[in-house]
Amino acid sequence: MGEFDFSVWQPSLPFIRDGLLFTLRLTLVAMSGGIVIGTLLALARLSPIAPLSRIAGAYVDLMRSIPLVLVILWFFLVIPFITGSPVGAETSAVITFTAFEAAFYCEIMRSGIQSVPRGQVDAAQALGLGQAQTMVHVILPQAVRNMIPVLLTQTIVLFQDTSLVYAIGAKDMLKAADVVGKNYNRPVEMIMLSALIYFAICFSLSLAVKQLQKRVAIIR
Amino acid sequence: MNYHWNWGIFLEQVKSGDETYVDWLVTGLGWTLAVSLTAWIIALSIGIAVGALRTTPSRLLVLLANAWVELFRNIPLLVQMFLWFFVVPEFLPRDWSLWVKQDMPAKEFVTAALCLGFFTSSRVAEQVRAGVGSLPRGQRDAALALGLTLPQAYRQVILPQALRIVIPPLTSEFMNVFKNSSVAFAIGVLELTFQARQMQEDSEQGIETYLAVTLLYFICAFTANRGMALIEARTRVPGLIARTG
Repeated sequence: MGEFDFSVWQPSLPFIRDGLLFTLRLTLVAMSGGIVIGTLLALARLSPIAPLSRIAGAYVDLMRSIPLVLVILWFFLVIPFITGSPVGAETSAVITFTAFEAAFYCEIMRSGIQSVPRGQVDAAQALGLGQAQTMVHVILPQAVRNMIPVLLTQTIVLFQDTSLVYAIGAKDMLKAADVVGKNYNRPVEMIMLSALIYFAICFSLSLAVKQLQKRVAIIR
Repeated sequence: MNYHWNWGIFLEQVKSGDETYVDWLVTGLGWTLAVSLTAWIIALSIGIAVGALRTTPSRLLVLLANAWVELFRNIPLLVQMFLWFFVVPEFLPRDWSLWVKQDMPAKEFVTAALCLGFFTSSRVAEQVRAGVGSLPRGQRDAALALGLTLPQAYRQVILPQALRIVIPPLTSEFMNVFKNSSVAFAIGVLELTFQARQMQEDSEQGIETYLAVTLLYFICAFTANRGMALIEARTRVPGLIARTG
């Protein structure tokens, strides 16, 4: 057994807090952006306009078949060519995760929309609602409600995946733990601390999702 | 910004030695396959056992197996890589710990394969549990009524059916293993993503590099998908599963 010195946890806390704040910000921005873009992608995939649905489908399949680390590296490389000037690792991470998660939220929203009974659409049209109104007022609210637990589970996965910004050196929680570990020459204790924090957050969130799942069960 | 395309880059020599960039990518593909396939074997063996335990009547076994799944599901894979690489050796007895740190052959590969294998085992366990749960209760009851012991019932009746039912979700887990093996770059496994970063820095032809590596990952995922589809077609339970895809 090695000898551990956990006293390094105390001075590391301010750095861990700053890192965690970035991790949380990244998660929240990518989640909101991802859900909005993902829903638009899902609508495109389900649209009767063939080119639109094909483009959306190709984008989703592409994102889902490449390792996330590679997507992070791709965006970090390509974004400067599009914007014309170098962007920081943090900005690049936000753009990457929003674009990447959109593909996954799209699939969730698509199955959510498809899970709404056909009669709902018929009833909405019988009431005189237009296509867009039917989507916004009838289908989407039910689709989102049915999919809330799955959307949140995907967000827990996203929260864990943000640690991969390590590949481009963005300053998230893991990076903070890494830096403190190097400065105090206590890398082992700092890895254990970050593992504990990730576990505590993800485990309690997944318990909460399970509770929620029972309460928002599909009402038919 | 202008980009200077150079598709011949792959055949050029690397700046730091006498290999070509293609050699780097081939080495990378080799390690990616080695890590993924080893991890998949570990994941299947442990995952099937843990998944089956979660469906037994023993509350203790269920609790332990559930704890296993929660542990590996709630820590990011990258952090798990660091845990296996830096932290686990510290918990071994002194002599072992020294051996692991100094003399263990292919340390990065062994660590990455174990880590990815254990991580994936929790996901396989989840699928296997669902598969066993989807079997009609009568299968278990009939097996026990025929005088089989519970382990026999699992081996002869329950698992042979459940495992065939879960092949489609296991196919996507198998494809995920190849994607997730990319995280092994962080502990220095010379796999595709590691080589991609190295080649990008060395050659400054990032787009060609990443395109080639993306294509190689595609080929891995596609091959894995077709291979599993073949197994699925061969092992279909007659009269039980509707033909799909």
